[in-house]
Amino acid sequence: MIYYLLSMLLFLIGLYGVLVKRNLIKIIIGLVLMEYATFLFLALVGYKKGGTAPIITKGFEKAVFVDPLPQALVLTAIVIGLATTALLVSIAVRIYQRYGTFDIREIRRLKG
Amino acid sequence: MKGMTLIVKTIARLISGLIFLYGIYIVLHGHLTPGGGFAGGIIIAGAFVLLILSEGSKKASSEIKKQRASVGESSGIFIFWLLAMLGLFTGSLFFLNLLPKGKAYHLFSAGIIPLCNIGIGLEVGAALFAIFITLAVLKTGEKK
Amino acid sequence: MIELYLLLILMILGAIIALESRNLLSAIISLGIVGFGLTLIFLVLQAPDLAIVQIVVETLSLIILIAAILKTTREDTTEEWGAKKIFLYLGGLAFLVIFLISVKGALKFLPPFGEPLMRMAGPYLKLGLEKTGAANLVAAVILDFRGYDTLGEAAVLFTAAMGVIAVLRKIGRKN
Repeated sequence: MIYYLLSMLLFLIGLYGVLVKRNLIKIIIGLVLMEYATFLFLALVGYKKGGTAPIITKGFEKAVFVDPLPQALVLTAIVIGLATTALLVSIAVRIYQRYGTFDIREIRRLKG
Repeated sequence: MKGMTLIVKTIARLISGLIFLYGIYIVLHGHLTPGGGFAGGIIIAGAFVLLILSEGSKKASSEIKKQRASVGESSGIFIFWLLAMLGLFTGSLFFLNLLPKGKAYHLFSAGIIPLCNIGIGLEVGAALFAIFITLAVLKTGEKK
Repeated sequence: MIELYLLLILMILGAIIALESRNLLSAIISLGIVGFGLTLIFLVLQAPDLAIVQIVVETLSLIILIAAILKTTREDTTEEWGAKKIFLYLGGLAFLVIFLISVKGALKFLPPFGEPLMRMAGPYLKLGLEKTGAANLVAAVILDFRGYDTLGEAAVLFTAAMGVIAVLRKIGRKN
C-alpha cells in the first residue's frame, strides 16, 4: 500500500513539473518522471511474494512466477518513452534556435 | 560535438565491437534468457553511439548514414509485419505461430519468435541510431 | 522489503532535485538518479527483462538530453523567488494531501501488494511453454499472445523517429 502511494507521489512530482515550471527542458523532465512513475506502478502491481522472474529453466517448471503481463506492457512502453522524449527534445532545440530561449512566456510573447 | 583524445578513441574502438556482439547475443537468445529484440536493439544502437561520441560528429555528418539507418528501420518493421502476415497468407489467423516449435530450451525453437526478435531488434536499433545521429550532426547557428 | 523503501525515497529526492535545480546539466544528472533507481527496483521486483531495457534506455536518454543542452544553454533563467512562489508551494501541498487521501480510497479496490490476481496470467504461465516453445514468458507474451500490441508499438516508434528526422531536417528550411 505504501509502495503504491510512494509511486503516486513520484507521479505527482512529475505533474508539478509539467504544470508549474516555465523551462522547456524542465517540462520534458517532468514528463519523463511521470512515465517512470507509471512503469513503477505497473511493475509493483505484478509482483508476487516469493515469486521468481517469469523465465522457465530446466527442472524448475513448477516454480512460483511473478505476473508476466504487466512486465510485457512496460517493456514496450519504455522504448516508446525514449522515442517520444527524443521527439520532444528535438522540438525544444528547434524552438531555442528560433527564439533563443527556453522560457515559454517569452515564446508566447514572440508569437507571429 | 568534438572528438575526444586518442586514448578514448582507441578504447572505444576496441570496446564497441564487443558491445555490438553482446547486443546480437541478447537479440538471438531473447526467447530463452532475459532480453529480446527491444533490449538488444538498443544495445546495438549504443555501440554505434559510443563510436560517434568518441570520434566526434564530423565523421558522422554524411547524410548517407542517416539514410542507411532509415532503410534499416523500415526493413525491420517490414520483416515483423511480413512474419505477422505469414499466417494470413497460409489461410489462417494473423500472428499465428505456424513454424515448428522445436525442442524447448534450445536456440532453434519457439517458431517465429526468434525471427520476430531479429526484426524488432533491427527496427529499434536503426530507429534510435537515426534519432541520435540527427541530433548529433545538428548545427546550431546564431540566434535570431 | 526495506530496500524498496530506500530506493523509492532516493528516487523521490532525485526527482525533486531534478525539477528545482538552477543548472540544467545537474537537473538532467539528477534525472539519471531516478532512472537508475528504477532499474534497481525492477531487479528487486524480479523483472530482469525490464531492468536490461531500462538501464540502456536511461543511458541513451541522458545522452540525448545532454546533447541538446550542450547545443543550447545550461542555465535555467526562469526561476524566481517571492511571495508568489510560497503560495504556489502551499497550494501544491494542499493538492498533494487531497490527492493522496482520495487515492488511498481508490487503492482499496486493488489486490494488496504481493498478491496479484493473475486471472489473465494463469493460463499464460501454465500453457506458455508448450504453446509457444519459448522459455522466456515475457517474450512469449509480447510476441505471441499479444503480438498486436507489439506491432502497434513498433509503428509508434517508427513514427517518432520519422518525426525527429522531419523536425530536425536541413533541406528545404529557410533558417
